[in-house]
Amino acid sequence: MSVVLWGVLPYLAIVTLVGGTIWRYRYDQFGWTTRSSQLYESRLLRIGSPLFHFGLVFVIVGHIGGLVIPMSWTEAVGITQEQYHAVALSVGGVAGFCTLVGIAILVYRRRRTGPVFMATTKNDKLMYVVLVGAIVLGLWATLAGATAGHEGNYRETVSPWFRSIFVLQPDVASMAAAPLPFQIHTLTGLALIAIFPFTRLVHAFTAPLHYLFRPYIVYRSRDARPTPGASAPRRGWDPVGTRDRDR
Amino acid sequence: MRVMAQMAMVMNLDKCIGCHTCSVTCKQAWTNRAGVEYVWFNNVETRPGQGYPRRYEDQETWRGGWTLNKRGRLALKAGGRVKKLLTIFASPVQPKLEDYYEPWTYDYETLVDAPLGDDFPVARPKSLITGEDTKIRWSANWDDDLGGVTEAGHLDPMVEKVRAESEDRIRFEFERTFMMYLPRICEHCLNPSCMASCPSGAIYKRAEDGIVLVDQDRCRGWRQCVTGCPYKKIYFNHKTGKAEKCTFCYPRIEVGLPTVCSETCVGRLRYIGLVLYDADRVTAAASVKDERALYEAQLDLMLDPNDPTVVAAAREQGIPQDWLDAAVRSPVYALAKTYRVALPLHPEYRTMPMVWYVPPLSPVVDLLREQGHDAEDHGNLFGAIEALRIPVEYLASLFSAGDTEVVTGVLRRLAAMRAYLRGITLEDDAVEAVPRSVGMTGTTMYAMYRLLAIAKYADRYVIPKAHEERGHELEELGCSLDYDEGPGMYESAAFGEASGRPVPVAVETFHALKQRQTSEGIAPSESMRGRVNLLNWDGVGTPPGLFPEHHAGDAPGEAAP
Repeated sequence: MSVVLWGVLPYLAIVTLVGGTIWRYRYDQFGWTTRSSQLYESRLLRIGSPLFHFGLVFVIVGHIGGLVIPMSWTEAVGITQEQYHAVALSVGGVAGFCTLVGIAILVYRRRRTGPVFMATTKNDKLMYVVLVGAIVLGLWATLAGATAGHEGNYRETVSPWFRSIFVLQPDVASMAAAPLPFQIHTLTGLALIAIFPFTRLVHAFTAPLHYLFRPYIVYRSRDARPTPGASAPRRGWDPVGTRDRDR
Repeated sequence: MRVMAQMAMVMNLDKCIGCHTCSVTCKQAWTNRAGVEYVWFNNVETRPGQGYPRRYEDQETWRGGWTLNKRGRLALKAGGRVKKLLTIFASPVQPKLEDYYEPWTYDYETLVDAPLGDDFPVARPKSLITGEDTKIRWSANWDDDLGGVTEAGHLDPMVEKVRAESEDRIRFEFERTFMMYLPRICEHCLNPSCMASCPSGAIYKRAEDGIVLVDQDRCRGWRQCVTGCPYKKIYFNHKTGKAEKCTFCYPRIEVGLPTVCSETCVGRLRYIGLVLYDADRVTAAASVKDERALYEAQLDLMLDPNDPTVVAAAREQGIPQDWLDAAVRSPVYALAKTYRVALPLHPEYRTMPMVWYVPPLSPVVDLLREQGHDAEDHGNLFGAIEALRIPVEYLASLFSAGDTEVVTGVLRRLAAMRAYLRGITLEDDAVEAVPRSVGMTGTTMYAMYRLLAIAKYADRYVIPKAHEERGHELEELGCSLDYDEGPGMYESAAFGEASGRPVPVAVETFHALKQRQTSEGIAPSESMRGRVNLLNWDGVGTPPGLFPEHHAGDAPGEAAP
């Protein structure tokens, strides 16, 4: 059982994530969008959306910090487990809470604003269930770990397992030893990763950071780019080119 | 000098009768689809009025266009790159649907289906957004023909501005009221702020003809362009989640046809032609400190297509000879630069708009005639321009960043043209003093008259065809109309109707596409899968999907192919 959950499922999720993303990027550029509903409703969105997204940025950074950086490294620079935990709990808790409040506002808005609800697909609903589930369970795991006193040091159980996945030698035993809340949260997370490329969440993959570096004015030639997925046709002769074509 | 060609338009407002034919035909051609019900790539506004979306010209609210920052450098009014990315999760100044209007249809079915009763059935308005009953409160042209202008005229941002500057010179008393029509499309600017605002870089200017387009495959729906465009001519398709805009009917332009709005204009007031400009100097021209100098700066960008150095530079850039010939004959260059009677709309937004307007003179003529003057006499006309019923200040706030001298100059040239031609027609006497008084010669004035008044089709539209040397590459890559529910639609794929790869309209898919286009609900995905390979069909039998499904009641004889 443990092997299936912690040795097989993660790989399935990763394969779905990578394969699904590549597939969607090639064949569904047109469907790749935020599907913003700001046109319908803006008042609640302007509170909920930044709260959720900025909260999520911190949550993701926290996850990377907790999962990727080994405990021995932080201890080597003199951060004790208690210090680390206090910081993680406070910052992570606040960020997680912001995310939760943000998504609560967004879900409320989605349900109560007529046009927004009508624009919600089944795909969106499934995604919201998994996403909210992952956030709530994550907060629960954190709080349960903090209050129950047994500390639930995920950096000794979940994190080694997480890192072991990427060296293709999943450390099933250490994950199986993790507290139940963490296990459930991890499973929800895997589900989220698996459905990610098939939902509207893909817009996160095209976060427009290149905007900071591109020129303001974009010139492009009339037919420079073929439809994605189409093989490039062979050119019969050289086109009458402008220099801008090469730019 | 980097010479580039720009397809541009001039509208002669004197001839606009506000019939909205351009808007309607444009809507039929481009935006009669789900998700863009509220969108008018072309709309005609009655001025004074709030426009569409309401009060879009109030850039203190909407923050569109460019401005000069403290160091005198050109900057987006809505904020720079970092600010845009930080506010991307909820665009701060984004028009809501109420600022445009809530699109609606009527419940026509009740007229037929209502049970017998004492009352006549009524087709109630239904919102196209929610599908619920709705009250019609506003639309794209609610204040048409000054409807409600005594109530809402003061909401016109330009009226507010002129009033503040000229101490209440604009009145809306019935006997002193005035109006004009202003048809608007995307300006296809040389320095587009929508493009600069797009985080994805999906909006681009075509290198060949300068048409500004949104790459539907690269747009990710960050909707910053809607804020960025000061003319609010980029719209958010709420169904596909992508930005859409006027395309200058590029599929028509590429084959040498005028845009749909121009072709169908009953007043024949639109002109399309090429303009050569120096792309290297655009930013400098847009950064001119004085707003009122922007019009001249923009004219300076336009290069003389007869100048040998310009021609040589253009050839070096690979602009083909037939395009250079078209640039020489361009009505846009003639009206904007040679005759200087066409003005850009709101040059103060610093986007270098490329749709130009000949301001209306007719109200002056009408006013004079009513007062018993000889309305076509140039002496009378000149004197009356300042006393124009449409205040010159108002026109100047639209077309020259408030510089009344520019507008007066244009109106004087137009008035002189009338007087000059009147002399020729009625008295058989060309008074050369008239064109000279506005700095023109009789010959140029006559040419201007030919272009403005006779306005032959071939003179109004000088559109060189796109060079199709690479046209074979486009075959079967999907036609240019393959937006959602357009003539060549996307098939139903995993992420809803609009996702997946484009399917060109072909004989195999014709019936399935037609059925989908005409059915009321969302077509089942099976109907799109039912494609038939004609090569495998031996001509016997009726493979599913090849012919439209016949209903149970049809006679069997009719159903046979």
